[in-house]
Amino acid sequence: SSIQTIGEEQIQNPYTELLVLKGHQDIVRFLVQIDDCRFASAGDDGIIFLWNAQTGEKLFELRGHTHKITAIAPFSSSDASEEKKHLILTASADRTVIVWDCTSGRQVQKVSCFHSTVKCLTVLQRLDVWLSGGSDLCVWNRKLDLLCKTSHLTDAGISALVELPKNCVAAAVGRELIIFRLVASNDGSEGWNVLEVKRLVDHQDNILSLVSVNDLTFVTGSHVGELIVWDALDWTKQASECNFWDSSVHPDVQPEIKLSQSPNETSVQHLTSDEECVFAAVGKGIYVYNLQMKRVIACQRTAHDSSVLHIERLPNRQLISCSEDGSVRIWELREKQQLPAEPVPTGFFNMWGFGRANKQANQAAKKMQENTPAYFLELVGDLIGHSSAVQMFLYFGELGLATCSADHLIILWKDGERESRLRSLTLFQKLAQNGDLQLKF
Amino acid sequence: MISAPDVVAFTREEELEDELCSEPPLPEEYSVPLFPFASHGANPWAKVASSKFTRDFILISEFSEQVGPQPLLTIPDDAKVSGTFDLNYFSLRIMSVDYQASFVGHPPGSAYPKLNFVEDSKVVLGDSKEGAFAYVHHLTLYDLEARGFVRPFCMAYISADEHKIMQQFQELSAEFSKASECLKTGNRKAFANELEKKLKDLDYTRTVLHNETEIQKKANDKGYYTTQAIEKANELASVEKSIIEHQDLLKQIRSYPYRKLKRSDFHPYEPECALDQANTGCDQDLTTSDLAEPGETQLYAHVPSYTPKLIKAKSAKCFDKKLKTLEELCDIYFFTQTLDQLHQIERTFRGDVCYLLTDQISRALLKQQSVTNFLFEDVSFLHEKPPEKQYRGCQGLSEDAVDRKCSEESPAPKVVISLGSYKSSVECVPIKMEQEIEDSQEPKMTESITFEHQENLDYLDADIKGSISSGESIEVLGTEKSASGLTKSESQASLPVSPSPQAGRSKVGSRRTISEDSIEVLSTCPSESLIPEDFKASYPSAINEEPYVDDEEGGLRFTPKLNPDNADEQEDISKQENLVQVDSACCIGKESPNFLDPLPDLEQKPCDEDGVVRIPPQPYRQVEPGLHGSFGSFPSHDGISGGLLPYELDSRYLTGSREVSKSSLDECSDSTSYISSAASTCSDRTPSPAHLACQASERHKKKAGQNALRFIRQYPFAHPAIYSLLSGRTLIVLGEEEAIVKKLVTALSIFVPNCGIYAKPVKHWVTSPLHVVDFQKWKLIGLQRMVSPAGVNVLHALSRYSRYVSILDADSKTLRCPLYKGTLVSRLADHRTQIKRGSTYYMHVQSILTQLCSKAFLFTFCHHLHLPISEREPEESVVNRRMNFLKLQLGLANEDIKIVQYLAELLKLQYIQESGQGVNPLLRFDYVPSFLYKI
Repeated sequence: SSIQTIGEEQIQNPYTELLVLKGHQDIVRFLVQIDDCRFASAGDDGIIFLWNAQTGEKLFELRGHTHKITAIAPFSSSDASEEKKHLILTASADRTVIVWDCTSGRQVQKVSCFHSTVKCLTVLQRLDVWLSGGSDLCVWNRKLDLLCKTSHLTDAGISALVELPKNCVAAAVGRELIIFRLVASNDGSEGWNVLEVKRLVDHQDNILSLVSVNDLTFVTGSHVGELIVWDALDWTKQASECNFWDSSVHPDVQPEIKLSQSPNETSVQHLTSDEECVFAAVGKGIYVYNLQMKRVIACQRTAHDSSVLHIERLPNRQLISCSEDGSVRIWELREKQQLPAEPVPTGFFNMWGFGRANKQANQAAKKMQENTPAYFLELVGDLIGHSSAVQMFLYFGELGLATCSADHLIILWKDGERESRLRSLTLFQKLAQNGDLQLKF
Repeated sequence: MISAPDVVAFTREEELEDELCSEPPLPEEYSVPLFPFASHGANPWAKVASSKFTRDFILISEFSEQVGPQPLLTIPDDAKVSGTFDLNYFSLRIMSVDYQASFVGHPPGSAYPKLNFVEDSKVVLGDSKEGAFAYVHHLTLYDLEARGFVRPFCMAYISADEHKIMQQFQELSAEFSKASECLKTGNRKAFANELEKKLKDLDYTRTVLHNETEIQKKANDKGYYTTQAIEKANELASVEKSIIEHQDLLKQIRSYPYRKLKRSDFHPYEPECALDQANTGCDQDLTTSDLAEPGETQLYAHVPSYTPKLIKAKSAKCFDKKLKTLEELCDIYFFTQTLDQLHQIERTFRGDVCYLLTDQISRALLKQQSVTNFLFEDVSFLHEKPPEKQYRGCQGLSEDAVDRKCSEESPAPKVVISLGSYKSSVECVPIKMEQEIEDSQEPKMTESITFEHQENLDYLDADIKGSISSGESIEVLGTEKSASGLTKSESQASLPVSPSPQAGRSKVGSRRTISEDSIEVLSTCPSESLIPEDFKASYPSAINEEPYVDDEEGGLRFTPKLNPDNADEQEDISKQENLVQVDSACCIGKESPNFLDPLPDLEQKPCDEDGVVRIPPQPYRQVEPGLHGSFGSFPSHDGISGGLLPYELDSRYLTGSREVSKSSLDECSDSTSYISSAASTCSDRTPSPAHLACQASERHKKKAGQNALRFIRQYPFAHPAIYSLLSGRTLIVLGEEEAIVKKLVTALSIFVPNCGIYAKPVKHWVTSPLHVVDFQKWKLIGLQRMVSPAGVNVLHALSRYSRYVSILDADSKTLRCPLYKGTLVSRLADHRTQIKRGSTYYMHVQSILTQLCSKAFLFTFCHHLHLPISEREPEESVVNRRMNFLKLQLGLANEDIKIVQYLAELLKLQYIQESGQGVNPLLRFDYVPSFLYKI
């Protein structure tokens, strides 16, 4: 199937400068923001690097894990009294979790009493505790004391954790969603007890993504493409889109395409949301699901050449996606002008006349049929730099965008105009500093 | 007496003059590229061709105490070079003007022989008959077996071009001083070794003698001494005296004055290889050459294994034995270093003098452009490590090595020989000091000379006058003082301090009537014996005399014209100079305020660097005379007609702001290169770079220029390709054949701006798929096209990253790159250009790129173009201002703006980066569509 391309003229793409950050020796899987201008990267080489997002300077190289990193989470102290201390937690396949100090680049503490690899880490800032999820769920305080833990859940372990209101946590364990509640222990000490509250077994397959939309809702996505919207308070299913990618919804789609869709192409790889919509990376496509309308309002079935791995919503109505095909694409969600005189794409003819339909044409046709305020995702730019799958990216606002990839590289994409201006500023500052501004004549 | 070759030029000159007068005056712009002697079918450098050797060479001669002056070796070591030139004869000449005050022996009031640390003397002499002019550097080496322990040597740079010798005196002197220092350092080392061995022998002899005496004493109980015993006692005494003497000598050689540590030119060898070579040098150390064990410890340990032998207290007659060769006189390491240095000198100064001069000028100018020069120039030579530091490092290194060596080799407590004591130094006493000393003697005279002829600074004329007036006029140029403290009288004849060396040279020019031969000693280190009273007396009249001499001789028909007009003519010249804001001290005062500051700067720098004479070399002064000399070859030629050529070139290079019509530039460049190449009859035709390091790059430039010319003519889409390079978009040359691709890459490399002071971001040949990192690092890449599956990957990567690159397909002759609609590149690369030669085209490119650099500089460093004037000013208005500046002020159109913006980014990065730690290289790109160009 064809993929939308944008060509070389990308007026709206601000990223005209790039900086390649080298250091990792294996796939870089995680990027995590520490503060306004720093981020950490980690991957299969077990090394964590701290970077300056502005200059691309390598700040620290944290070595301590012997295996690949499986989870990383920032852990900032919330104490108002002392100055903010930036820590990060990293979990590795070597069954340890290490706490690092981002200011000094030192290892603060190391926990190695795990029976299995910790696959996810979540910090509950409100309670000043953090949770590690592996084959069981453990609750730790800041000093790295184990407060409580659940019994052994499953060998596969917890794949995702999300914080819910009322001291609750949702953990994705295989195809089950388990709700845990943290209860203050009876003896009045600072200890907590963790109780399993509910098990939700609505998903047909493994839950791959779990995201909290707001205090009232959270969303899960599974390997076979089910998307379920849950009530965060009573954990009931509010809505579900079991096969919103399914072409059967859209009768005009050719059956052969339906058949070609393997489960891999429909798995919900990643979810992100804003107040109104949930954005789902499903297979190669991107879908926008409106929570109020309870339906998909826009989609790009083949947004990339292969699976979309990460997707994020930018403040400016833009959406960025990265994929196994090594590209990063910038989309904009636009309201479709319902003009009858809309230029008819050539796909139309394809649709009727030829066997293989153009996706865009399908989409256009679909939109026309539904005759609702339609949206569409327009490609406004693509970033090509990595030679292998882009695992994740981190949006730094005007500082740019950091992408990490299986080609061991991290690329900082920057707004060339802004950088040029900043350099001029630095230049004149330095001139003034050197006293070169005084004319020598 | 008028030496014929010198006159030739002038007679021709005069003919030319007539010819020009008879013709209607040409408009100035047409007169520029005229080759005035074409009608005669003669080469203006015929004079040069009269010499018996084909190219410049270096001659090392010795004044042997056995056979007299003899040539030892030439560099290059090729019989063809000296040709029929009589080396023996010339050795005699140059050795006969050794003014070193080498006094060795028992000075009064000293019990022991004193070593005199004699300074080198530097002499320029010309032999009109042979057509040879030479810079002669005299030095003295120590030899225990030589008379007075000294062996006089000299190194001479021999050229058929008098101007080269005269104008490059400072440089030659500095370079030869280095070589000399190196040689002398090695010699002192060898000498000390020799002394040590001799001391061991003496010690051993003494012990043997002592024992014999004791035995005799014991055997002899008669109460009186036999004659035998007395003889033995005498012998013993003389041995002991000899020991003391030798110990004293050793002490002297070790305590060699080491004061000139900080001299920047005092560094004979490279620090990087110092240790290695020092080791290998030590390996083959002369004193131990029979032992060839490798490895340091063995090497150093073997020294004590020297077995002392019994020697006679009286030294052998000097004629009895073969004297040591130069090689034996010097530590091998230092000897090879010296030879290397001499080879480098030869390479540096070969070729026509105008190359040397233009190169020096451009380097001086380049040095000034400290902010932008890295963009298109090879500035590695400007960033050479400061010599002082080098020296220090090296010293530490070698000292270490030597210390180790010494501590191992000499178990007996001895003064540890540090390399320091071996280090020699040119005692570069500034002439000024000497003048202060001798102020009492002739201050009046020097002053009068200095100021009387202030306006006659055009030394060239004076020079010529000198050689016209007499075949053997002495012109004292510079002097040096002996380190062992010459008396005042020895250095009394040294120069007045004048603002320029040329001025000094010409002013003091004077006749010397000692001999009737054709040697002209133009510059010398005066010593008492050679500057007789009468010579000094001739100073005041020297210059006034000259015209009369000319008249008397009557051999010069043009003289009447030249002389009366001399002042006017020179004034004209100086006016011209003022116009173009280039020259001489007198101009500085009058006009060209712009140059007021830079000039002193320039004058100071060389002053620090060259420690030979305190007269500042003043690049700018040399600029101009150099061009005179080399372009016209006849000094007055400039004054009459063709003077515009050098001036115009000059002004263009210097000001750069003047809009130069392209055609005239082309022509100029062409003619320049043509003349220059024709000029170098005395040497091979390669332009002579002033730096060894540039040698290769010079050839590269030529080749690149040639290839670039071909590229421009061959490919109609050369402009967008060059635009890609200039705007920082990586250009990939794709092709199956490595040679073709590499050729194209070489051609295009001259358009690639550097990203830093490091090597150009050019990769000539790559076979693996490219990544984004490559585009960050390289701006011009030669890529192999393969048919194999790997090749598919390569092409796939290319299409993937197509937005970052322009692709020039050498096989199908296509180019895929963004559109270019600017005007700049068409000036840079006009396929109809008349330029024929690669080096010329290279220079043409260089000059346009330099203009571009200055635009980028302006753009980068205009504050308000980048930052708001007031805090409330919106960004848009700054952007507008910026674009207006680019379009209107800098006159850039369309894509040219991007070029300047890219260069500006590079300038910013470089400037910001300079002090701070290295910033990651970044890749800037645009989202612009590419087009496919076909032939």
